[in-house]
Amino acid sequence: MVIRSKSADDTAFMKPLEIVSILIIAALILVVLPATLDAFRLNLVGKYLTYAFVALGLVLCWGFGGILSLGQGIFFGLGGYCMAMYLKLEASSVANTKIQSTPGIPDFMDWNQLTELPFFWLPFKSLTLTVILIIAVPTLFAFFIGAAMFKRRVGGVYFAIITQAIAAILTILIVGRQGYTGGINGITDLRTLQGWDIRTDSAKQILYFVNSGLLIACILLAQYVKRSKLGRVLVAMRDKEDRVRFSGYSVANFKIFAFCLAAAFAAIGGAMFTLQVGFMSPSFVGIVPSIEMVIYTAVGGRLSLFGAVYGTLLVNVAKTAFSESFPELWLFGLGALFIAVVMVFPNGLAGIYHSYVDPLVARLTRRRPAETEQPLHGAPAE
Amino acid sequence: MFGEYSLGELTSIFVMQGFAGLILFSVFLLMALGLAIIFGQMGVINMAHGEFMILGAYVTWMCSTFFHGYLPALVPIYFFIAMILAFLVSGALGVAVEWLMIRRLYKRPLDTLLATWGLSLILQQFYRSVFGPREVGVELPQWMLGSLPVTDVIEIQINGLFVMALTTIITIAVAVMMYRSRWGMQVRAVVQNRVMAGAVGINTEKVDRYTFGIGCGIAGIAGSAFTMIGSTGPTAGQLYIVDTFLVVVFGGAASLAGTIASAFTISQAQSIMEFFLSGSIAKVLTLLAVVGILMLRPQGLFVLKVRR
Amino acid sequence: MAAMPFAGLAMPRTAFAQAPATSAVNTTGLAVTDTDVTVGILHSVTGTMAISETGSVQAEKLAIEQINAEGGVLGRKIKFIQEDGGSDWPTFAEKAKKLLVNDKCAAVMGCWTSASRKAVLPVFEQYNGMLYYPTFYEGLEQSKNVIYTGQEATQQILAGLDWVAKEKGAKTFYLLGSDYIWPRTSNKIARKHIENVLKTKVVGEEYFPLGHTQFNSVINKIKLTKPDVIYAIIVGGSNVAFYKQLKAAGIDLNKQTLMTISVTEDEIDGIGGENIAGAYACMKYFQSLDNANNKQFVSAFKKMWGDKTVIGDVTQAAYLGPWLWKLTVEKAGSFDIDKVAEASAGVEFKQAPEGYVKIHPNHHLWSKTRVGRARPDGQYDVIYETAELMEPDPFPKGYQ
Repeated sequence: MVIRSKSADDTAFMKPLEIVSILIIAALILVVLPATLDAFRLNLVGKYLTYAFVALGLVLCWGFGGILSLGQGIFFGLGGYCMAMYLKLEASSVANTKIQSTPGIPDFMDWNQLTELPFFWLPFKSLTLTVILIIAVPTLFAFFIGAAMFKRRVGGVYFAIITQAIAAILTILIVGRQGYTGGINGITDLRTLQGWDIRTDSAKQILYFVNSGLLIACILLAQYVKRSKLGRVLVAMRDKEDRVRFSGYSVANFKIFAFCLAAAFAAIGGAMFTLQVGFMSPSFVGIVPSIEMVIYTAVGGRLSLFGAVYGTLLVNVAKTAFSESFPELWLFGLGALFIAVVMVFPNGLAGIYHSYVDPLVARLTRRRPAETEQPLHGAPAE
Repeated sequence: MFGEYSLGELTSIFVMQGFAGLILFSVFLLMALGLAIIFGQMGVINMAHGEFMILGAYVTWMCSTFFHGYLPALVPIYFFIAMILAFLVSGALGVAVEWLMIRRLYKRPLDTLLATWGLSLILQQFYRSVFGPREVGVELPQWMLGSLPVTDVIEIQINGLFVMALTTIITIAVAVMMYRSRWGMQVRAVVQNRVMAGAVGINTEKVDRYTFGIGCGIAGIAGSAFTMIGSTGPTAGQLYIVDTFLVVVFGGAASLAGTIASAFTISQAQSIMEFFLSGSIAKVLTLLAVVGILMLRPQGLFVLKVRR
Repeated sequence: MAAMPFAGLAMPRTAFAQAPATSAVNTTGLAVTDTDVTVGILHSVTGTMAISETGSVQAEKLAIEQINAEGGVLGRKIKFIQEDGGSDWPTFAEKAKKLLVNDKCAAVMGCWTSASRKAVLPVFEQYNGMLYYPTFYEGLEQSKNVIYTGQEATQQILAGLDWVAKEKGAKTFYLLGSDYIWPRTSNKIARKHIENVLKTKVVGEEYFPLGHTQFNSVINKIKLTKPDVIYAIIVGGSNVAFYKQLKAAGIDLNKQTLMTISVTEDEIDGIGGENIAGAYACMKYFQSLDNANNKQFVSAFKKMWGDKTVIGDVTQAAYLGPWLWKLTVEKAGSFDIDKVAEASAGVEFKQAPEGYVKIHPNHHLWSKTRVGRARPDGQYDVIYETAELMEPDPFPKGYQ
């Protein structure tokens, strides 16, 4: 019976424990937090949860695929900018901008002597196209980067550094081409979505739930990928790439897929970020935010989809709390967290949970410790 | 764009521009040498490289303040003392970091990236708490300032010459150390096969520690030298990190000749484009070209023919 | 402990007893009690901008302390809540919202970069707060909820260009800048003025990514084009690199005219006075300004924050914030944001360290513009000031 249940567990979409986990997360972000936090704090949590999309993508491509991208900010930013461009166009109606020399275009374009909308802004007049582009642009960009690199077997450290350089290039471009992008200030003063004022508390509350719903959907999708054959190949690849290749799998294609999926997740996060925060700026595209998002993943546990959410929340709550009370100490704390997670808890919160809490729960419920995923116990390879 | 200038002027400007390119080459190479040892030889991604450089810069600043305040007679030569101290301090910190952190992570190179990024945050805040958030100005000895006029237009910057000389010396020293000394042989042996190197009696731990220390020490010297041309502040180290990594990676990680060649290529490309285009565009195009070439030729310019 | 340079304005000590009732001066539920009133300070104490914003925080704290020593605002002591923007724009927005919504601050002194101001602006407009923003900036903005205590671009730029054209007979200009909005907008205004008003010529215009540290190529171009004036708006770490390399390349600023609008005494600290001596800076305030207000301000500032601290243009502008707010509140007779916003136009501050300032209906300040020449010791010699106050014009016609 044990053997049979184990194999059933392996092929099933979710193990019972995972169903419980996702219910806990859903309860936490959909019920507990909204019930206990005021509108201001809830909006903050909503903002943090948009980073969790990125962390989730990183679990897939870094934790399972072994591909560390230091440029997830690129995709977060692209998604966010797509959304921001749509909202900015809506906010720049002719009626709102009649003091400009060219009414009807975003204010920063007017200041930069643009007299008509640049062509790449045109699709963002339509919400449908915008939604498509939010996913499509970052995914295609990821595909392009991934195809160029993975086909040539660039991996590990090289990939990390190249993505970092691309993030740097994109930042310089966005900051420098201010007439087209809003420059270093970003795209600000976003007001309505199809006439619906996104700045009010009630709108923010609704956006919070939309955001949480999307996050849970993404977790389920990631869970599906993880449980599918694809997920297994990814893990196999991470551990012994050559062996997978010799077995006839196209390693590059699997990696490209994981990277694109991570990019799409990040883009959704970026778009939701823009909606909830009300602006988008190049400071989310650069190297620093990209690396910070990696640490969310690492804190949560790079192999745990649920950990990504907890890790993101934990680091950000700590950041806000710390920087409110001890602004000068915050960087020491964050730095120490990086080091501690890498050195002492390489599997992050999820690792702690699996090594300490899980056996305890099992003992209390008089069950044999659940056969959790094997890789969780071993230190992750590169 | 050049119609209105005389041939003489143009010649002079091209000479100057060539010189500017050489200075940039020296700067890039000096930045990258420490990392080339650490990343190229040991495979450790030291994201705190910039902060080690800034440590050297702060040491130089402290020396500058000290000598100007207490030993004005020695001011003309204080810079050399500062560089030696910068090497020792950064190197010592490097050894400590290796012992506390890095040695536990050799099997997980990507994790060294995260851990050293954490280290860089701590160092930045440390500098901010100790030296204040503002940039500090390092006062240089008089002889290091200004330039030697060759003709009306052609002027050779003294600090440019200084950086070039320094880079040459350090590059030669590193080359000799890596390829001509017993220690260098040990380093290379450890890089190629740690277990085997240990088996034949090399103290791999010691080799690692000192390699890392020397790499950080060279970063310290670079930081010290850059007080002549750049800023010294808690976050100034971040300005160098992308360029530095690209130089090392572009060169092909494990090859010193590659690092030199890549520093040369990138610096010349950037310098020439900066002259003909505007600064921002030049930077973007340089980075794009490097990334593009790396995508086509991921192993970098030079690569060791080793089967791994 | 702080000096009391404003004895003429001081509320009599007995004012506490007669302070107007809270219900009368605070109808919208701000954090005002019978004895005190809460304001916010919102700057970056951490991150890359901490370098610049530290001075502003110090100046604001000094002003608040001085105002309290004089009896406060409408008989109420100012308490402040300080928040860290962490050099991160959403954090600014988030903290601004906290200060307005949770803490009900009657006013907020804060922000430094335009990006942070743009991020908080919708928050201030939505929750009806009052922001006192200290930095000289590119203009193109005006809000009921913001008082801009620094100069906007035309105020800062035009007088300096006129001066350099007249005094130095400058005919050709080379414009440089860091690649973002403020330098680009400022240079655009400068170029229009140079070409259309002064009828002279721009021989080069170039931008560098923020944090760029290699300027030898552009220095060569400058040597080739031999402009009469180098007009530089480079910021941050790049600044240091630029001036050091300029000096190393043999360009002597005593012979080559260089004018900047981005280097205050704060920046010179990092650049090193000997590297920039001879350069001209054009702004509204210099620490060396010779008047009684400024002397008292400088000595009070040094007493509070140490002898070694320097005071730049923005630091002085930040100091104006709490004072202007106090004067406006007393003019309005109320802490209510709407009344303060309305009463702002026309508020005069005669004891400002920079001299007399007055709030324009567009919420910027009328102020004089000055040209200073950098000395090797890191201070400026003030060599010119406009005879009249410059009118702030954030949306200048003909300069866009």
